[in-house]
Amino acid sequence: MAAVLEITDETRESSAWRGFAWSLTRDLKLAIRSKAELGVQLLFYVIVVTLFPLAVGAEPLLLRTLGPGVLWVAALLASLLSLSRIFAADFADGSLEQLALSPQPLPALISGKIAAHWMSTGFPLVAASPFLGAQFGLTADEGWLLALGLLIGTPTLSLLGAIGAALTLGLRAGGGLLALLILPLYVPILIFGAGSIEAARAGLGASAQLSLLTAALLATLVGAPLASAAAVRIALD
Amino acid sequence: MSSIAWFRLASPASFFPLARRLVPWFSTGAALLAVTGLWLGLLVAPTDAQQGDAYRIIFIHVPAAWMSMFIYIVMAFWCAVSLTFNTRLAAMLAQALAPTGAMFTVLALVTGAMWGKPAWGTYWAWDARMTSELILLFLYFGYMALRNAIDDPRRADRASAVLALVGAINVPIIYFSVKWWNTLHQGASVSLTSAPTMAATMLTGMLIMAFAAWFYAIAIALLRVQAIIVEREKNFRWSGELLRWIR
Repeated sequence: MAAVLEITDETRESSAWRGFAWSLTRDLKLAIRSKAELGVQLLFYVIVVTLFPLAVGAEPLLLRTLGPGVLWVAALLASLLSLSRIFAADFADGSLEQLALSPQPLPALISGKIAAHWMSTGFPLVAASPFLGAQFGLTADEGWLLALGLLIGTPTLSLLGAIGAALTLGLRAGGGLLALLILPLYVPILIFGAGSIEAARAGLGASAQLSLLTAALLATLVGAPLASAAAVRIALD
Repeated sequence: MSSIAWFRLASPASFFPLARRLVPWFSTGAALLAVTGLWLGLLVAPTDAQQGDAYRIIFIHVPAAWMSMFIYIVMAFWCAVSLTFNTRLAAMLAQALAPTGAMFTVLALVTGAMWGKPAWGTYWAWDARMTSELILLFLYFGYMALRNAIDDPRRADRASAVLALVGAINVPIIYFSVKWWNTLHQGASVSLTSAPTMAATMLTGMLIMAFAAWFYAIAIALLRVQAIIVEREKNFRWSGELLRWIR
């Protein structure tokens, strides 16, 4: 008889971590090698943000009021734009099926993919946001607060978005449907994220909003990979 | 109760006759309750000291708002059942409930806007409860759109069930938003812990209307589920027999 690999809790745990690290490095490598895709995300964010002053006028007070909301909404849209990339290519060439068949737990592999997606698309937005904030007349402190909020909030967007991306795999309805499914779920993140700067301006301090953003991140960090894995399995059936 | 074979009813073929028998009872009940509730609400209940007769829209607005949230919870429950036990009927019930839930959400939003104009002087304010109700409508639309986008009914069942369960997180946010954000919207005026602040006849009328809405939702969902069963099981011989039976 062939030797049967004994699966203990310890080996299972290390296999989950190895799966996470493997899919993270693989997806990061893929992202870095297609430089065009990497920059498009950030450029989209910058362009959408630039459109607002052109539309509403360059009144400094108005821009200062609108700024936090505009920067957050643009971040939501930028996140939405790139969501289908998490799974679509792997679904099309069949490697997603191989991932689902692999002995590593699928939620761990998907967590790695989501983490890579955030690093290649979410993090550049976070880094650019204080500069864009300055264009809207945000003070340095508010700029850092915006970046901190986005730093906590954008991973949540990628995690929630992965569920929608997995649910719509291979459907003809595509992008519009994904927006309909995911944007309502983004709403609390938007409220707390943009609200953090409002609260700081009102002298209330942003810690309540940032705590709620962190709570949302922790909850989706646990739940979203499981839901995405379930959705991927449904799509592959 | 143990004499009823609950699991036998999980089969669409055996649930169909039961649904067919129940619809007249619930629709008659809904009609009687609605007539009683509207009579109490529109003719018997006293005019409000502050809002005049404009407040009477609560006899539609509040039951509709309650049902819009309650139906989503029931839908999420059937989605959880369908994912856990892999039963077709549970998913069909969820599918049958979604349009009714969306209808009640639209009704709550429209009547709320009609009430908002005389009460607050504006049709729409971006307050937390109204916004949450609007998001609930988007969740219903998302659920139905995802179902319609997937050709294979079994995949549609399971994918939309995952979506409904993720969206169910939103329903408690709607409920607690009254406490989380303190804005224009008045606090809940009916609570289980303290004495209600409205006249007894108003409360009675509102509760009767809520039961009317509930019975209507059950009747229409049972009616719709029959259509879904016949349509989805059309390749089985018994489904054709059901069709003949209806005629």
